[in-house]
Amino acid sequence: MIDRIPWIIGVGNPMRGDDGAASAVVEYLRAQDIPAYDFDGDGAELMEMWLGQSRVIVIDAAVSGAATGTVHRFDAHQAQLPRNFFRHSTHQFGVAEAVEMARVLGRLPAEMIVYGIEGENFTLGGPLSPQVEQAVYQAAERIKIDIGGSY
Amino acid sequence: MTKAPSVSTTRKIKVDALSRVEGEGALDLHIQNGAIKDLKFRIFEPPRFFEALLRGRDYSEAPDITSRICGICPIAYLLGSSQAMEDALGITVTGPLRDLRRLIYCGEWIESHVLHAAMLHAPDFLGLDDALQIAKVNPELVKTALSLKKLGNDILDVVGGRAVHPVNLKVGGFYKAPTKARVRELIEPLKWAIDAARGVTLAFGGFEFPDFDYDYTCVSLRHADEYAIHEGRIVSNRGMDIAVREFPDHFLEEHVAHSNALHGMLRDGGAAYLTGPIARYNNNFDQLSPLAKSTAKEAGLGRTVTNPFKSIVVRMVETVYALEEALRIASSYEEPDASCVTAAPRAGTGHGCTEAPRGICYHRYQLDDAGLIVRATIVPPTAQNQKQIEADLRGVVERNLNLDDEKLKWRCEQTIRNYDPCISCATHFLKLSVKRD
Repeated sequence: MIDRIPWIIGVGNPMRGDDGAASAVVEYLRAQDIPAYDFDGDGAELMEMWLGQSRVIVIDAAVSGAATGTVHRFDAHQAQLPRNFFRHSTHQFGVAEAVEMARVLGRLPAEMIVYGIEGENFTLGGPLSPQVEQAVYQAAERIKIDIGGSY
Repeated sequence: MTKAPSVSTTRKIKVDALSRVEGEGALDLHIQNGAIKDLKFRIFEPPRFFEALLRGRDYSEAPDITSRICGICPIAYLLGSSQAMEDALGITVTGPLRDLRRLIYCGEWIESHVLHAAMLHAPDFLGLDDALQIAKVNPELVKTALSLKKLGNDILDVVGGRAVHPVNLKVGGFYKAPTKARVRELIEPLKWAIDAARGVTLAFGGFEFPDFDYDYTCVSLRHADEYAIHEGRIVSNRGMDIAVREFPDHFLEEHVAHSNALHGMLRDGGAAYLTGPIARYNNNFDQLSPLAKSTAKEAGLGRTVTNPFKSIVVRMVETVYALEEALRIASSYEEPDASCVTAAPRAGTGHGCTEAPRGICYHRYQLDDAGLIVRATIVPPTAQNQKQIEADLRGVVERNLNLDDEKLKWRCEQTIRNYDPCISCATHFLKLSVKRD
């Protein structure tokens, strides 16, 4: 049963403006009793976090040039994740690298959805941009559809 | 094919965002008529003012606050600050508590060294863009590296309460000593890991290393009884041998306009110096274990290393050593009677210094009689190495002026990564520009 529950991981640093978008999604889901985890380490640890999980949803801030607050959604089994899309994480081994590394090593969970929330302002101590706040709500609601009747 | 530049041109090479380093930095290189006109390694990660925000806080808060300087080497901050406070308060941590400190520090060396060597630095030697490409060519190597790194993190988890930003360390020792059963669980994975790390070391020893040597002033800790990790005197290969509290008398930090991180230098003459794996190896080779020494020899290292590109092999030799040390400590661990040494607050100044994976990390705190912090100074290793990084870059560029801009850029980035620079720590991401005219 346990492995039917998706493992939801929000990546980013809430102390750096829109980089906190994923943490805000995690907070929103938790407030509705949906288990979700914050993560601010490197991609290698991220791979460890989902090791053994069959359903995984990862959320991260993105900088792709799209309009601020755009919610991007990728099914990792459908296509490779674009590089230079997600905000670079510590030591440049971020979400996209972790997903692609897992794919090469045959360690990609059976279901893997990755959300990117387009940000614009990543200053230290800054707040979420208004469009990102709106996107947090949209992404969280979309994730609830992904997890369907699990809760 | 990019054409090799003719000697009489001006070239400006800019690396605007150096990858595979921690934090934000850049390199600007200006070459005129085949000679370096200007070379600046800039760190523009914004300063974070940790030293200022420590003022007025209780001495006991320093470890947890300063550990937030770095997610890769939190132990350097947890222990450096704890030891400085212990120095100020007049207490010493011995026995099993000291062993636990060395054990968790071994964990930090293992996770940090393996991440850098295998995932971030190795691609430079293989002509690959990143670790993903290594995983395609040699998935087993990457799987081994990931398992080794995880074991380092597991040590942090067992001793420190969690793998990222451990919470169990405090001034005087630990909040709660780990159980013997949990520590002993590390033994079997450590036995596997020693062989595995040796294999990776020998594989990396077979890399082709760019031709460059430097007569470094190597500064490291040295301990009478062991390969120094978390305690010792500060020594150099030029005869320096000082107590940690004498650090400010011998080393300077200078603000340079092009960097947000202070440049470390020797007070006597203002010269650059090297701290980190090569400095430790050169100063303390005699104290490595027989297996670490023989692994170094088999991997092609001499008794001293003067080629900074070989730092990747030295990191793996130190990983072998740290795994052996961790195994030794875990095998003999007995739970201590008390999890920490306590002390009453008093006015004073304390100094602490440990060997972070990237080199010596110095802390100094002045306390008032209630134990509140009046002044804090932290000198992280990347700040100390900055001047030497520029000196290396200068030497490497001079020998490689015939390379086209793309290859020169690559070589410069590789040179910087020799230092595993932790730019977030040093300021307080790297952009590289080369201009030739």
